[in-house]
Amino acid sequence: MAKPKVAFYWCASCGGCEETVVDLAEAILDVVAAVDIVFWPVALDFKRKDIEAMEDRSIAATFLNGAIRTSEQEEMAHLLRKKSAVLVAFGSCSHLGGIPGLANLFDRDHILKTVYLDAPSAVNPDKIFPAQRSRSNGNTLELPRFQSSVKTLDQVVEVDYYVPGCPPTPRILQKAVQTLLGTDLPPKGTVLAPDSALCEECARKDSKPEKLVIAEFKRPQDILADEQTCLLAQGLVCMGPATRAGCEALCVNGNMPCSGCCGPTSRVQDQGAKILSCLASLIESKEDAGIERAVDTIPDPVGTFYRYGLPGSMLRQKKLNGVQASK
Amino acid sequence: MRNRQLTRAPVSAGTFEPRIVAFFCNWCTYLAADLAGTSRMKHAPNVRVVRLMCSGRLDPQFVLDAFAQGADGVLIGGCHPGDCHYQEGNYKTLRRYHLLKRLLKQMGIEDDRCRLEWISAAEGDRVRSTINDMVERVRALGPLHFNVEREDHREEVTV
Amino acid sequence: MPEQKEQVEQENAIRVEAAPVRRKITIDPITRLEGHGKIDIFLDDAGEVERAYLQIPELRGFEEFVKGRPAEDMPQITSRICGVCPTAHHMAATKALDRLYKVDPPPAAKLIRELVYNTFMAEDHALHFYFLGGPDFVVGPDAPTAERNVLGVIAKVGIETGKKVIAFRRRLRELMGVVAGKAAHPVFGLPGGVAKRVTPEVQKQFQDAAADAIEFAKFTLQLFEDAVLKNSDYVNLILSDLYSHRTYYMGMVDQANHVNFYDGSIRVVTPQGKEWKKFEPEQYLDQIAEHVEPWSYIKFCYLKEIGWQGFKDGEKSGIYSVAPLARLNASDGMSTGLAQAAYEKFFAALGGRPVHHTLANHWARLVELLHACERMAQIAADPQLTDPHVRVLPTETPREGIGIIEAPRGTLIHHYQSDEKGLIQKANLIVATQNNAARIAMSVDKVARGLIHGGDVPEGVLNRVEMAFRAYDPCQGCATHSLPGSMPLLVQVRDLSGKVTALIRRDLDGSIYRE
Repeated sequence: MAKPKVAFYWCASCGGCEETVVDLAEAILDVVAAVDIVFWPVALDFKRKDIEAMEDRSIAATFLNGAIRTSEQEEMAHLLRKKSAVLVAFGSCSHLGGIPGLANLFDRDHILKTVYLDAPSAVNPDKIFPAQRSRSNGNTLELPRFQSSVKTLDQVVEVDYYVPGCPPTPRILQKAVQTLLGTDLPPKGTVLAPDSALCEECARKDSKPEKLVIAEFKRPQDILADEQTCLLAQGLVCMGPATRAGCEALCVNGNMPCSGCCGPTSRVQDQGAKILSCLASLIESKEDAGIERAVDTIPDPVGTFYRYGLPGSMLRQKKLNGVQASK
Repeated sequence: MRNRQLTRAPVSAGTFEPRIVAFFCNWCTYLAADLAGTSRMKHAPNVRVVRLMCSGRLDPQFVLDAFAQGADGVLIGGCHPGDCHYQEGNYKTLRRYHLLKRLLKQMGIEDDRCRLEWISAAEGDRVRSTINDMVERVRALGPLHFNVEREDHREEVTV
Repeated sequence: MPEQKEQVEQENAIRVEAAPVRRKITIDPITRLEGHGKIDIFLDDAGEVERAYLQIPELRGFEEFVKGRPAEDMPQITSRICGVCPTAHHMAATKALDRLYKVDPPPAAKLIRELVYNTFMAEDHALHFYFLGGPDFVVGPDAPTAERNVLGVIAKVGIETGKKVIAFRRRLRELMGVVAGKAAHPVFGLPGGVAKRVTPEVQKQFQDAAADAIEFAKFTLQLFEDAVLKNSDYVNLILSDLYSHRTYYMGMVDQANHVNFYDGSIRVVTPQGKEWKKFEPEQYLDQIAEHVEPWSYIKFCYLKEIGWQGFKDGEKSGIYSVAPLARLNASDGMSTGLAQAAYEKFFAALGGRPVHHTLANHWARLVELLHACERMAQIAADPQLTDPHVRVLPTETPREGIGIIEAPRGTLIHHYQSDEKGLIQKANLIVATQNNAARIAMSVDKVARGLIHGGDVPEGVLNRVEMAFRAYDPCQGCATHSLPGSMPLLVQVRDLSGKVTALIRRDLDGSIYRE
């Protein structure tokens, strides 16, 4: 019997999710024995035309990582959805928008100017910009269109399952693959990781006090964090309470706070709002001035609470005055 | 749920009528709003009220969801500090509100669009004046249209 | 104005249609590298290559969206420029933070950083050889598509060796995780030090791993010798003019002009191998400039003083190269014994310094692999490594900082400006592969021209065109960290003789200029 076909593809991504597959280490040999990898640009030479030639839904599962930033990435998302029986959003970017999603705080035109004109090292007196169509030596060259915002995969096509993390740990991936190969498939739309908050599996759980009160928050460079005690209890902004477990709290083991890459549990729609609620309710002061001083110690709420999840959040993107006009 | 599609903003003719969502606590502000009603106080009709048992029940997600679904403004009403039916609930509201305002600012939502007022059960008149004042401030700002998708530019660039 | 715009657009469309449509061969996507890209090869009527373009279609916009972010988040945010070399960005960012806050880490912190960094260099170089570029040699450039990959390599070298490769990387990455939180996007970098100390137990693990790593590096060099250097076809390929360019070379060196991945000065040598410049990180803006083309999102670096002369070789062109071959060319040697011997063997075999053969990058990379493993061993043996004092708390008001490091794929520069609260106001990133971008473009073009004749393009030939970029181990995600919007457009229309018949420019503000 033919082995099931599996594909991996990357959109606006960094390649870290690809590394997770490679980090399966010896287990990758079992994977390779069990499935036929038909597309994986980082490691294999199959091309887009090979996918286009395949029959619809003939790929058993495609793991697609990276956010949707360009028209080409949108096309590939549609193509792979068509050719796949199961489409898995793999990693924070396709799940929630990821770090590239922070670009939703900015206007695309200003970004162009910053990169190609204002960058201190750019020398561009003719004000040349990369173009969707350009001519060179009589040749017509094309580049994909950059959309005006970053999108999650499920804002573009239907997604069957999500594997969270930036990147997902090899263990999360292995468990996800086991689940998908099993007979008892979870409901469509399930995030394939434990459905509890990170604090549950954190090694420092027992040092988290019953009642936590914070006069002011600390930034990591402000204190020498103790390597045993709950980081939130030490005043650091830790996303743990609003973040899904599954990663075994690796960042906390590295003595740095969780930054929220696995997204929220199933009971929360907007992770950033939830952690905002949690952290604010810990503030000691009861009156405006004291609360303001405490809030000052979180200098970048959106960047901290939505580092990985802005496109997938309720608001998705910053309102840009003057540009957002409907015709 | 997560796959809510963004929409195009409706083309409206004439004066802009803001849509304001209000979250009032059961024991104070909601009663005051009731009082304003039974006293036949006239105020702008632009507010949809959602009753919470306590302003401390206000999950910031409610505020964000209201904006995302088309609200032009969000008003929060609770008991005066010290008077909360559940002792400390409104202090939580106050703390969350301050941090939420910072977030909203970073997301491009103007200050006047989200407002917190302490209104006790007897202050029907304050409900009226707060609503009227807020509606005018939001009217001056214009529609928020947060649920409108950014246009995907084709060839043009506007700066 | 709108009418004029429309008229020009129509004329543009007509002009573009009327221009002769060349036969175009597209390789899409390019594979076995980090990042996205496609190669468009245009043929003239005789079936010869008019020009081949390596186009990078991806961008994300890091330099813009880090604005407003706390500076201490930069090591973790910028590591997402690349998940294959996150530690490079993490480290460059951390070094930039040291300068931003004007704080000097304690000795143990520097040792920990450099230990993790060399561990990373070792596993990343091994990844490239066995997974990305190596298959072209170990399995062969003309092997069937389904075999030209790491699985083909394992089939060729045997499962036991395959497991050795996998185990090598797993072990090193696990160790990195113990110190840095995780290998995939580490968390340990902070201004003034690192987040966590190294215990004696962990030190012992590193010592054991380093000893084994050195053996593995030697084994890999031997494998290269057996599989590649003893194969005359491959040697001819490496030495061929087709895969060679004479450019400047850049790399970081210590005071003795030995290769140093972690810290030092930046040295540039001429195509003849003479030192041309040696500068400190703070001076990078005087030395390096970026050029823009409309057909790719990557910016092409060149030496500012010499200037941009187009995609050309030679001493008069400002184009230079980075990464393993360049680092070896730009240095006088390696600071560790076994690597130094390998360095000497390398240059003796290839006719002395500098070596211009791009494919020699694969060999140079293995010399660096050996050096990284030896550095691991040296640092792991240092008793100061386990000193618990690993952080100095910053006290100065942050302002500006530049951090430079040698990423596996070349010189990497992070430059930040912040406000007094330490929120980023401006960021400039010159990312490894950008330094190579011009030379890579030239390599792809040259190889395509050399191999494609009479319109005949068998599949193996296309892979040989791809081999032209693969040797550089490019990281396009890194190179195109920036995000453009749309489309101030410059249209140059040429007739068949190459004469420019129209120049149409549309600026950011919408105004159209026609010449």
